Amino acid sequence: MNKEAKKTLIRLVVAVPLMFAFGFALVPLYNVFCEVTGINGKIFQSEHNDEFISEEGRPIALQFISTNNENMPWVFKPSEQVMEIQTGKYHSATFYVKNTTNKKMTAQAVPSVAPSNAAEHLKKLECFCFEQQELMPGEEAILPVRLLVSNQLPENIKNIILSYTIFDITDYNDEVLAHNQMDME
Amino acid sequence: MSSVIENHHDDHHHGPAKGITRWLYTTNHKDIGTLYLWFSFAMFLIGGAMAMVIRAELFSPGMQIVEPEFYNQMITLHGLIMIFGGVMPAFVGLANWLVPMMIGAPDMALPRMNNLSFWILPFAFFILLSSLFMEGGAPNFGWTFYAPLSTTYAPPSVTFFIFSVHIMGASSIMGSINVVVTIMNMRAPGVGLMKMPLFVWSWLITAYLLIAVMPVLAGAVTMMLMDIHFGTSFFNAAGGGDPVLFQHIFWFFGHPEVYIMILPAFGIVSHIIETFSRKPLFGYASMVWAMLSIAILSFVVWAHHMFTVGMPLAAEIFFMWATMLIAVPTGVKVFNWVATMFRGSITFETPMLFACAFVVLFTIGGLSGLMLAIVPADFQYHDTYFVVAHFHYVLVPGAIFSIMAAVYYWIPKWSGNMYDERLGKLHFWLSFIGVNVTFFPQHFIGLAGMPRRYPDYALQFADWNMVSSVGAFLFGFSQLLFLFIVIKTVMGGKKATDQVWEGAKGLEWTVASPAPYHTFSTPPKVD
Repeated sequence: MNKEAKKTLIRLVVAVPLMFAFGFALVPLYNVFCEVTGINGKIFQSEHNDEFISEEGRPIALQFISTNNENMPWVFKPSEQVMEIQTGKYHSATFYVKNTTNKKMTAQAVPSVAPSNAAEHLKKLECFCFEQQELMPGEEAILPVRLLVSNQLPENIKNIILSYTIFDITDYNDEVLAHNQMDME
Repeated sequence: MSSVIENHHDDHHHGPAKGITRWLYTTNHKDIGTLYLWFSFAMFLIGGAMAMVIRAELFSPGMQIVEPEFYNQMITLHGLIMIFGGVMPAFVGLANWLVPMMIGAPDMALPRMNNLSFWILPFAFFILLSSLFMEGGAPNFGWTFYAPLSTTYAPPSVTFFIFSVHIMGASSIMGSINVVVTIMNMRAPGVGLMKMPLFVWSWLITAYLLIAVMPVLAGAVTMMLMDIHFGTSFFNAAGGGDPVLFQHIFWFFGHPEVYIMILPAFGIVSHIIETFSRKPLFGYASMVWAMLSIAILSFVVWAHHMFTVGMPLAAEIFFMWATMLIAVPTGVKVFNWVATMFRGSITFETPMLFACAFVVLFTIGGLSGLMLAIVPADFQYHDTYFVVAHFHYVLVPGAIFSIMAAVYYWIPKWSGNMYDERLGKLHFWLSFIGVNVTFFPQHFIGLAGMPRRYPDYALQFADWNMVSSVGAFLFGFSQLLFLFIVIKTVMGGKKATDQVWEGAKGLEWTVASPAPYHTFSTPPKVD
């Protein structure tokens, strides 16, 4: 094989692992892309920030939906189905959760916002979805969420749905979870 | 020890070795091309048999002959085998046979890797097919293997599926590297890039696409493997992952893959239309640029496969327009083929019949693709038989007709014998009628709302499903005629001349028929 051919060969052989790595790089890229653009209904914890607070808010309806993933046996529901809130003000809401089984279990709630273009305007100061819930057999708890919808919410949106899906993560490796948790925040 | 000495002795001969070891140890591009082509033919018949099972089940409403679980395994394996076992190896086989002869090279640049890239392929499909006999059955999640169907809810055989995809990927990547190195470095003096035959151009672009996306597919199945066995959560929402991410990664591979299966067909059809119109190809340079732009655009349209996952409007509009943009270079190609035929002295031998059918039927598939690109319409068409009709129109009378055309066109050069023209024409008409009777009605039942991937359907879809099944049986069984014609031609027949076709141009037609075991050991003179 001549020198030129060897050069082409080496270049192509290097390209293969690079593209393999690119496939894996799509995972963090996807998360970053979702965070920056706020699409996909993903929401992230925000710092307390006064710039979003204002007196001239408008009223909107905030609906809560709770879903149990797969065979998750816990009772999980919002304390109120709908709240009338003002944009530009902090509001608190709670969810009720109960471990109905006779064993200790760990759960993780994952939020999603509809319509998806409302997600970036929903600022969460505090949410039970930022941590895991560990409940003893029969134990129940009230889970808080504290949030603000900024005034920049597009005019046509009068109704936001905040949905939580609760997952059974008892059997998951803690290290993996801790790692994923860091990625999410 | 003695065999080593014998092999060494054989080096001084110019013919092939004898017996099975000829095929096992061969590094000759023509031998490997033949192996690829026969392998893909075998896979085409196996995948076709699965299609027969599917159409038999769908012949009338209600559960007829197979269990729903087995039906799901059939649709999954049919797709995987036809794509990775049928179409792709057939094109690689054609590349092996034709690329060195078309550019005046003595062989492929990396002959030993060439041997390896073929011989791992039968193992990949042995693993995949053996999963049919495993506990829990074969993969049943569709050829697109969306997570979590293919992870959380998959049968245990999914691990074998993952390894077989790894092997197929390795084979494709090695094959493509070989093609690129050959084309970039082994062209005879005078064969400049813009003088290369279009089949060579189409394969150069295809090979780059394969090198870019097959590793991404390997990455996707590796992530599945890790999710299933090593507790990661790439696609599992319970652990912070995202199933929609799987679809993005898959289609980042999947859409270029679609063009991998059609670009070589563009090359083949260009040669055949040129030959039988007895005119130079209209717009050679625009053909090259059209293929390049199609290849580049294929990387920015993937999300049109997943409009319904809930994307923001801006993304949907972007992917819609980018997709529609592909119609421009594709239209250039179609018009160039038509312009080549215009005022040509056309004769309709079997390869030309297949090529003409390709132009018409591929265009129909392209137009239904344009309909699917329209976001609001796609919400209606998504996952219906309209999609099934669309991709079968571009793959069966598209990719597969082009492969059949190529076989009829070049088999006199490969075997030294002319095929039986009467039987070839009969095969064409049976296939042409069969394909249209099978897939055209699927547009209707798709628009009427019949979803894909179900073993049963509502009564109002019964009539067209029956028509479609009849067409499928006609198409399926007429491929046995194709097998017969190929075997008959290889065994004997009217001797072919060196040029074979009156209007044929190109280096491969300057060598003897059948092509000697070694061609262009000294580079030909090209002006």
